[in-house]
Amino acid sequence: MARRSLFGKDPAGPLDYLRKWPLLTVMAATFIFLYVPLLTLMAYSFNDSRRNIVWRGFTTDYYGKLFNNTDLMIAFGNSLTIALFSTIFSLVLGAMVAILLWRFKFPLKPLYEGTMALPIVIPEICMGVAMLAFFARIGWPNDLIWPINLANIIIAHISFTFPFVAVIIRARLAGFNREQEEAARDLGAGDWEVYRDVIIPHMKPGLVAGGLLAFTLSLDDFVITFFTSGPETVTFPVKVYSMVRFSVTPEVNAASTVLIVITVLLTAIGLWLQNKGTAKK
Amino acid sequence: MTPIIGIQSITKNYGGEVLAVDDVSLDIRPGEFFALLGPSGCGKTTLLRMIAGFEVPSAGKILIDGQDMSNVPPNKRPVNMVFQSYAVFPHMTVADNVAYGLKMDGVSKSDAAGRVEEALGLVQLPGYGNRMPDQLSGGQRQRVALARALVKRPKVLLLDEPLSALDAKLREAMQLELRNLQATVGITFVMVTHDQDEALSMADRVAVMENGVVKQLAPPRDLYEYPSCRFVADFIGKMNLFQGKVTNSASGEITVGVDGIGDIRVPHDGAASGEIGIAIRPEKASVSAEKPEGADTVAIEGTIIQIAYHGDESHVFVKTDNGLTVSVTCPNRTRTIDDIANHGDRRWVSWNRGDTLVLAE
Amino acid sequence: MDSWYKFKRVFLSVGVPPTFWLVAFFLVPLALIWVFSFGEKTGVVGIDITWTIDNYIRAFNPDILKIFAKSLWLAIAATVICLFVGLPVALGIVYAPSKWKGLLLLGIMLPFWTNLLIRTYALIAVLRTRGYVNFTLEWFDAKIRVLFDLFGMGGIATALLGERFQALELLYNDNAVILGLVYVHLPFMVLPLYAALERLDRSYLEASLDLGAGHLRTLWNVVVPLALPGIISGIIITFIPALGSFLTPDLLGGPDSAMIATIIERQFKSANDWPFGSALSFLLMYITFGALALRAVMAKRGGSDGLEG
Repeated sequence: MARRSLFGKDPAGPLDYLRKWPLLTVMAATFIFLYVPLLTLMAYSFNDSRRNIVWRGFTTDYYGKLFNNTDLMIAFGNSLTIALFSTIFSLVLGAMVAILLWRFKFPLKPLYEGTMALPIVIPEICMGVAMLAFFARIGWPNDLIWPINLANIIIAHISFTFPFVAVIIRARLAGFNREQEEAARDLGAGDWEVYRDVIIPHMKPGLVAGGLLAFTLSLDDFVITFFTSGPETVTFPVKVYSMVRFSVTPEVNAASTVLIVITVLLTAIGLWLQNKGTAKK
Repeated sequence: MTPIIGIQSITKNYGGEVLAVDDVSLDIRPGEFFALLGPSGCGKTTLLRMIAGFEVPSAGKILIDGQDMSNVPPNKRPVNMVFQSYAVFPHMTVADNVAYGLKMDGVSKSDAAGRVEEALGLVQLPGYGNRMPDQLSGGQRQRVALARALVKRPKVLLLDEPLSALDAKLREAMQLELRNLQATVGITFVMVTHDQDEALSMADRVAVMENGVVKQLAPPRDLYEYPSCRFVADFIGKMNLFQGKVTNSASGEITVGVDGIGDIRVPHDGAASGEIGIAIRPEKASVSAEKPEGADTVAIEGTIIQIAYHGDESHVFVKTDNGLTVSVTCPNRTRTIDDIANHGDRRWVSWNRGDTLVLAE
Repeated sequence: MDSWYKFKRVFLSVGVPPTFWLVAFFLVPLALIWVFSFGEKTGVVGIDITWTIDNYIRAFNPDILKIFAKSLWLAIAATVICLFVGLPVALGIVYAPSKWKGLLLLGIMLPFWTNLLIRTYALIAVLRTRGYVNFTLEWFDAKIRVLFDLFGMGGIATALLGERFQALELLYNDNAVILGLVYVHLPFMVLPLYAALERLDRSYLEASLDLGAGHLRTLWNVVVPLALPGIISGIIITFIPALGSFLTPDLLGGPDSAMIATIIERQFKSANDWPFGSALSFLLMYITFGALALRAVMAKRGGSDGLEG
């Protein structure tokens, strides 16, 4: 008798590895390992108990407390402001790099590409301390008013996000049919019209996906921000870090849940747009 | 009549090494349907792209309607192109696509709207203006590309492999339609294709290219019946090619000795000597049990070694005792198996002496 | 692709701004700490650039070497575990029914998008002595005791389980760091493996099975050699960020689970010895570059692994 499985009425074929129990076990264990900590964390943010262990009933109190926690809300505001500005700049710079690398041959291009990829590959800690040293050495003033006092964090974030944005937009451009550009030219478009009417519209899904990536990268960053933020410019992850060091509390759970939902949502939208964009070409 | 396109000693090489187009000169006449035919890599597309302005010739000149195009960028040339992938802009509606070229020319919106609708009617897509390209079939997208190019009323319409992305049935219908469209609008069409059937059935004149050189430029019938060289004879249609030696040359006629066949007298103008190729189309020959009589008949005997059945016709392969194989296309005129068609039979292959081709090169 | 000199204006207008940014706000800062790494600390903020290599020599004293060794060990252990977990997971996803494939991949990626800090924090919440794992164990422990008491065998339960429940010390040690590194970096391993296996023609596997090999033999003799570039790529892509981890050892590790990043941070914050911290940063970067170069060489030998844009 052929063994039947959960996955359908057909008996398992020899390469249906997912239907073989050793693999299924590893797979299930991996997913439990990946999700149980996050899901319990999210679930317990609704637990009506300070001790955070035994389920004592559903409450949204901690979300209320979260919104009344001025320090945390200021940090959150800082994070959003930083993410917004770094996204805008990263998009412009990333799109330029993408066009440069997609469009042109030039001497030492492999070296240029490699250097452009450095911010993606070097350990975050190295970039963090480099930024710390850089701003200290050029005498960056740390008594500026909000939001200008966030500028150094924004600069650091742009430096590590725009190469990611460039990668995404370049991948989108790689799917561009050069005949479209030629068609526009053939119909009378000049250099500028070709960009305005054909190339930039084609880049749009990449711009949206790249923007969302830049936003989440900036919002999520801890290490680099840790080295560039001062007492007046605490971001959400830096604030959570200082809270986590002391204890596990429902407020931190609630704060984390908010951040998880935001980033997962943003990334999912970005991915969806990217897929939609590539499916259509 | 001044040519609408004059190609004068055009050469194109990439990086000084690869010679894509090698000193080509030809004239395209106003109002004709012209085809550039050849295998991939023969330079036909490069030549078309040089007319459109997307490639710059390494040497030579291109004149459009008598004007030198050397320093004219593609967006200022009075020609428009239908791209192989159609390149219909995916983010614009059909109407916006068709209107794009008019917008670039600064045609007023109201004038443009009328011309767009007219052009869509011409390609049988009236009322499709508000659709997006991804709602159209491949054939419809091609019509949009056609309308988009024609609406600008170009002096010449360039078509790069226009039918290659369509399936066989649709392709045949489009062949006729393009032909009719060209007759209606009266614009010169220049089409690049690798499909000989397409070129023969659609074009008024065909230039066959190989390795960057035009091998022959002629109307379709001349190209098929009087190929000028072995490449054209072999590339267009099927051909039995034999190698022979000229044994006698008289006025209007030569005698060629072919191993395995013997001496064949062939009508030929001009002088010929030494090694020479002679050829006969498979459908010009026939197979018979008895040796056909007649002074103008060439006949050779052999054994049927293979019969390939194709429905409308059968391809019969006859091998002579000297090892030469001749293929003959026999139409299947009746539903029963003809008596000619038996493997291993001894049969005569014959054709009219006048149908024999002489290929000097 | 066009030659840059044919379209100089466009080339320069898209090329200059990002290049300027990269140089001014990335390469210059890096160069600065590179120069610092050859300097000497003179007072609280003063650094004299004396082009000494003392800072690098200090990195080779036994205490620091021990931390380097420990970092390597933790990162390698985590990478190996990721490989052994990631290979079957990737294999399962590749041969999953197509409607499941995207969903499973998304399932692997989803935790990856959540904040690193939050993921680490979630592990703390689960693993600490008053955390959910211990709580669950305690619950089972209590039930078992009740069960034994019911049959009047309370003594046996005490003998087996001890006088009372002892919470496991799951946090603040090397194992917790390894677990944390695996938790955080597993997607880095699964994705390149998936990409490599996805490209593998399944008829190779079928041929192997057809010729009489079992599934494990097929895996070892056919899948692993053919997917080797992807496997190596996955190993290196996992190893690099694991080695440079700062948060994981900082939050999950004990006093002796410091990794390289931990001591770099210390030099720049509490110890305030920037030249030494800079030297350590560059040593970490050199190891990273070495690993990347290895990957490039392997990729060239085994054909592209298709991960670059």
